[in-house]
Amino acid sequence: MPFKRFVEIGRVALVNYGKDYGRLVVIVDVVDQNRALVDAPDMVRCQINFKRLTLTDIKIDIKRVPKKATLIKAMEEADVKTKWENSSWGKKLIVQKRRASLNDFDRFKVMLAKIKRGGAIRQELAKLKKEVAA
Amino acid sequence: MAPSSKMALGIKRASRSNTYHRRGLWAIKAKNGGAFPKAAPPAAAAEPKFYPADDVKPRTVSTRKPKPTKLRSTITPGTVLILLAGRYMGKRVVFLKQLKSGLLLITGPFKINGVPVRRVNQTYVIATSTKVDISCVKVDKFDDKYFAREKKTRAKKTEGELFETEKEATKNLPDFKKDDQKAIDAELIKAIEAVPELKNYLSARFSLRDGDKPHEMSF
Repeated sequence: MPFKRFVEIGRVALVNYGKDYGRLVVIVDVVDQNRALVDAPDMVRCQINFKRLTLTDIKIDIKRVPKKATLIKAMEEADVKTKWENSSWGKKLIVQKRRASLNDFDRFKVMLAKIKRGGAIRQELAKLKKEVAA
Repeated sequence: MAPSSKMALGIKRASRSNTYHRRGLWAIKAKNGGAFPKAAPPAAAAEPKFYPADDVKPRTVSTRKPKPTKLRSTITPGTVLILLAGRYMGKRVVFLKQLKSGLLLITGPFKINGVPVRRVNQTYVIATSTKVDISCVKVDKFDDKYFAREKKTRAKKTEGELFETEKEATKNLPDFKKDDQKAIDAELIKAIEAVPELKNYLSARFSLRDGDKPHEMSF
């Protein structure tokens, strides 16, 4: 099982610990064995330990330590945002965030919807069972 | 001779004769016919019968005025609240207004979940972010006096009746209170039925289930 996601300049990663938890960042330089210089369109460029990053499949084409404007342009060209939101990982995170932000009323509506869906499934199942039995 | 220094001037100004003149004691004397008016000596108090053993300082009257109860910023008229204690524990109710005593005026509405027009303390309440439009509802006639208990008149018991347990008179809600409830709920129910599922939401009770983390839930 070879590695598929490498730490390289332009690799998009997700911060999994600390103040910027949950943010998508781009590795723009490697400081030393443990740290990378990391940047994103809406944050100040900073160094971060590799242990705090989870690499994604997305990679963009940039030179070492690009200017902010260059970085933003490269991210738009590679369409990082849409690629991320269409990936199953990205979709999962969006759903998690939505579930955490639910209102008490929203949770009630979700419960009613789940009951309705379960009822419809059970009806179909009963129909299919009848056909098999017949 | 003019005073040579400011200190000398001040000494002269603070002198006995100068202050006497400045205070106008001469004018008061003149007004009172030559002598300074003496206040009549207070009538001598009778010798008290009792002297306490210890010298105790009398307590001074407290001048503390309690501040009006601060209403949580998340609670605004029309907010749906979850009651946390009492016989209506878990019920979702509509907040109407804060009364002068600091308590919150709420109603079920009665037809939806059986909670009447009632007062509740805001510490026993979770405020959700769901709001109902309450602009058509008139709440002016409700205040703390409306909810005051009726004074029970006790009839004097004869000796024989003293040992009989008093029969509890069944308390019936006066008709005007029932009408007030209906009046307030009529407008409110119209506003509630305008929002889909809100009526079912208000008739259901809130409870925590397995896996629920209330400190992470947003209401």
